[in-house]
Amino acid sequence: MSETKKFLYVNRKAPYGTIYALESLEVVLIGAAFEQDVALAFIDDGVYQLTQGQDTTGIGVKNFSPTYKALGDFDVNKIYIEKESLEARGLTLDDLMPLKYEDEDDDWAEKDSIHVVSSEELSEIMDQSDVVLSF
Amino acid sequence: MALDVGGKSIETDEEGYLVNRDDWTDDVAKAIAVAEGLDMSENHWEVVNFLREYYEEYQIAPAVRVLTKAIGKKLGKDKGNSKYLYELFPYGPAKQACKIAGLPKPTGCV
Amino acid sequence: MAMLHTVNKSPTDRNTLESCIRLAKKGGSVLLIEDGVYGAIKGAAKADTVSNAMSGLSFYVLGPDLKARGISEDKIIDGIKVVDYNGFVDLVSEHDTTQSWL
Repeated sequence: MSETKKFLYVNRKAPYGTIYALESLEVVLIGAAFEQDVALAFIDDGVYQLTQGQDTTGIGVKNFSPTYKALGDFDVNKIYIEKESLEARGLTLDDLMPLKYEDEDDDWAEKDSIHVVSSEELSEIMDQSDVVLSF
Repeated sequence: MALDVGGKSIETDEEGYLVNRDDWTDDVAKAIAVAEGLDMSENHWEVVNFLREYYEEYQIAPAVRVLTKAIGKKLGKDKGNSKYLYELFPYGPAKQACKIAGLPKPTGCV
Repeated sequence: MAMLHTVNKSPTDRNTLESCIRLAKKGGSVLLIEDGVYGAIKGAAKADTVSNAMSGLSFYVLGPDLKARGISEDKIIDGIKVVDYNGFVDLVSEHDTTQSWL
């Protein structure tokens, strides 16, 4: 027997300077196969992972930002962005890629996966999680 | 390992996946299919082409669950089930079809 | 003796940029590369530190690293010059020494 657990992946690093962001994304995708209740949090420099218009041709590294757009297909559709982290970096929601998913229970209506939350709200979400993995 | 396609040697890994994604052509796909014991039909191509488009957009191969859902949406409900896909690709649609599509082995597929 | 300083860490992950600015001698240059380019964004928490340092230091940022991270040039703090890899090489040759802050 297996019961569904609430997983929270916490992302705190910028995308290309270190391997953390890509590693986290791969773990999330592999984990998605186990049909658990998955949520992602982007705080501190982690918010940089989701910026629009990334183009890595000049630095010879694979641009993995399009893969975040596939998360909805893997039933990963709870993406929390900490408002304070965004603001401290001079960014707004408009600077991020829109991430959507299709709601199976609502005639496949397209919905936003991203939720901008306050530190307080995020602290609550973290507290409610069964497993927290930090990258 | 290598695959001979029209006199040209195409490098593959020990499981038969292309080492260089840029080597892929229709003929390379057919050669991989032959090595897998498959005869490429129109239905096979539909799936292979879908996988290539998906990879192009998201830089990742879809999981089987994602594939069946997406194929059903794109090519009709009668094709959006694992039975149909397993009939086409007996060794697993994600694994075998990705190999023929010249994509890396799907994430989470051991 | 003008020195070129390169900073490759995000200012909100490490204090490298602040230390570099604190210790770099007037007349020198700072080139932001890799994750260091996040220090060039207008309106960010550390942006004032950079703006204030501009009276004594010249600031540059590496274009390909900006592009990779989806930062468009209109988001860059006024006064920071965007350079490409050739510009990087020019900067190194124009300065007497280079210090790579890690």
